[in-house]
Amino acid sequence: MQKLLSGNEAIAQGAWEAGVRVGVGYPGTPSTETLENLSTYDDVYCEWSPNEKVALEVALGSAMGGARSLATMKHVGVNVAADPLLSACNTGVNAGLVILAADDPSMFSSQNEQDSRNYAAFARIPMLEPADSAEAHEFVQRAFEISEDFDTPVMIRESMRIAHTKSLVDCADERADVELRDFTPDASKYVMMPAYARGRRQAVIERTGKLIEFAEETDLNRIEMRDSSVGIIASGAVYQHVREALPQASTFKLGLSWPLPPAKLKQFAEAVDHLYVVEEACDYFAERVHALGIATEQPPVCPLPEAGELTPALIKKSFGVALPQGHPPCDDLPPRPPSLCAGCPHRLVFTVLRDMKAIVSGDIGCYTLGATAPLSAVHSTIDMGASLSVAHGLELADVPARNKRPVVGVIGDSTFAHSGITSLLGTIYNAGAGTLCILDNRTTAMTGCQGNPCNGITLHEQVRGANPLAVRDGKRLDIEALCLALGADEAESVDAQDYAAVKDALKGATAANDKLSVLVFHSPCRLIDRSRDGVAVVGECRACGKCVRIGCPVIGTDEHGHAVIDPVQCIGCGQCIQVCPFGCISKEGE
Amino acid sequence: MTQAEKTTTVLLVGVGGQGTILAGDLLAKTAAVSGYDVKISEIHGMSQRGGSVSTVVRFGRDVASMICDEGCADVIVSFEAIEALRARQFLATDGGRLFVNDEVIEPVSVAIGTGSMPTDIDGALAQLDAVKVPAGRIAREAGSPKSTNVVLMGALSTALPFAADTWREVIAKRVPPRTVDANLTAFDAGRGCVA
Ligand code: SF4
Ligand code: SF4
Repeated sequence: MQKLLSGNEAIAQGAWEAGVRVGVGYPGTPSTETLENLSTYDDVYCEWSPNEKVALEVALGSAMGGARSLATMKHVGVNVAADPLLSACNTGVNAGLVILAADDPSMFSSQNEQDSRNYAAFARIPMLEPADSAEAHEFVQRAFEISEDFDTPVMIRESMRIAHTKSLVDCADERADVELRDFTPDASKYVMMPAYARGRRQAVIERTGKLIEFAEETDLNRIEMRDSSVGIIASGAVYQHVREALPQASTFKLGLSWPLPPAKLKQFAEAVDHLYVVEEACDYFAERVHALGIATEQPPVCPLPEAGELTPALIKKSFGVALPQGHPPCDDLPPRPPSLCAGCPHRLVFTVLRDMKAIVSGDIGCYTLGATAPLSAVHSTIDMGASLSVAHGLELADVPARNKRPVVGVIGDSTFAHSGITSLLGTIYNAGAGTLCILDNRTTAMTGCQGNPCNGITLHEQVRGANPLAVRDGKRLDIEALCLALGADEAESVDAQDYAAVKDALKGATAANDKLSVLVFHSPCRLIDRSRDGVAVVGECRACGKCVRIGCPVIGTDEHGHAVIDPVQCIGCGQCIQVCPFGCISKEGE
Repeated sequence: MTQAEKTTTVLLVGVGGQGTILAGDLLAKTAAVSGYDVKISEIHGMSQRGGSVSTVVRFGRDVASMICDEGCADVIVSFEAIEALRARQFLATDGGRLFVNDEVIEPVSVAIGTGSMPTDIDGALAQLDAVKVPAGRIAREAGSPKSTNVVLMGALSTALPFAADTWREVIAKRVPPRTVDANLTAFDAGRGCVA
């Protein structure tokens, strides 16, 4: 049956057809929908892990135990999973283990644009790179076979353009009958103590030799001869851009981007007059092709950009193909960057942090938007969990006293579970002081509202419509109790929608410089609580701008600087009403 | 190249939360059911929080790239007027067509003073021969304010080679069952407002 599927949906479909039994991951754009789709099949067990390291370990365990397993994560998640990855590559698997790494060139929703192909080369595991959804669907099935044939984890790399582009896929819609394999204890294979690990290192070297032979033969790598004057080596979405920009050029389409096939590449190099590598945001192929002693040229007109995703136009420009004349861009338009939703529970916390001139080390999630105007309240965002540990480092550098400004770490609930707990433990263990804010909005909002240990919703429950606001106590993580158990001096619950309470809590916590205070701000994300409570109306506005500076997307100003509220989009959260110092804003009809 | 072999590029732009993704899905499915190869590229994640968003749908005999470069959109459908101007450079100068919802959503940057509204939105749109569609009003009149995106697909359908009934079938299958009638009314009204 022909279906219109995104790369992520195609991988889920292909994995199901390949008889996958276990799917594990941590949500992260652009990988998230893969596991959500896989979880809709009743004959596959799927779960969200607290983080990618745990996910890969679980998937390795189930593969070792004999069940075909899939682990999914975004590119930066592979960093978190790198520890088990760099040993799993040595132990090998039993049943197939496939790891999906979803890259984000141009950083549409990420903090960096690292290229996961480097991890495959680093770990010496095969990497498959589909160039559309049909290939994603096919390659995941091939990946399971390669994993079992060569006793190795296999990585699939999708860039955002593959993960989130839908294209047509012919699906067999039949699940392969893949038996569970027996688990036979074998210390020399699975116990990576030095003596055994050395043996496995040799096994990997032998495996690599066999994989190179495979790379030379496999139809995953395809030479497509057209005009032989220009030959281009490319993979994934970039291959599609090359076909668009230079339809006459011959191409070497690499579907297996580790290991490379030296003989086949040389054969292609000899068959064309001018050889080029076209790739985005990384020179992974270029370096390796050169290392094989194959000379490639720079594009004739100008080099390709070193950073960011490629487009057909960028390729045309470098190769001297005429570009269509577009209209000139409008340069006088007001910017429209993303912002926290109307009624977002994070808004008042950042409003207060900004007004008290706190130095804020932030984290990864919607609340990273606390860094944007008019809140401008976040001063560092590094990686998942860094807020708490960076705050501790700032304290060690005596930043609070030297700047006479409090240092505050801010983290979301899901990120706290992902890797904030160990950061907090480090601060407590070393008797650090400071203020840590945990913003508990009851969901993993940025990636589209996934379950997590804090709200207690499993992936299975999530895709079957469970309401995070109706989870019984005991199933949710009690964040305050956990922080106290870890040894925090205090852990206070605060209503994130109560301006006075937020102010009092933050003032109180930051006033003491000899203790570690955790403030847990509770209030649901607007995506899971869509209730409305009337509409705010502006009375005699004095144009002080205080309500505008909370950054609610519904509040604008007229030509006199008076606040204007869009009654259609206002959800009546009351944040603006609470911050107006003159009581000018009220609920309609009150 | 014949018309059917050429790849057609449609760019849908708007503000996060306006339903561009569902609209793109309807268009892509209609193209697929009509026998075309098709790709639809969406951007998820941070930009969905009220920022400018875009979806690209490309269809033809054999579609390679999923990206719309500057000057390459055969049709742009803008769900909001400022976003139509923001996407201006993507419109093909030779015969590119622009459909725009007549609604303006003021960005927060205007309220906080880091941006100001363009002085003559209507004039700038007129220069692009934009077809203005009162999609919000039509949707409300059809009894389903949320079907603004379907009204716009109705308007768009007049510029594309697919049969109206194919669109209707796809819409009926894709929208929530209770809203099928309202959405079909919205689609026909959108079609009707492009003479
Ligand atoms: S999705 Fe939720 S957490 Fe994210 S900005 Fe909107 S309300 Fe806030
Ligand atoms: S009540 Fe005020 S802050 Fe809340 S959504 Fe309406 S305008 Fe925005």
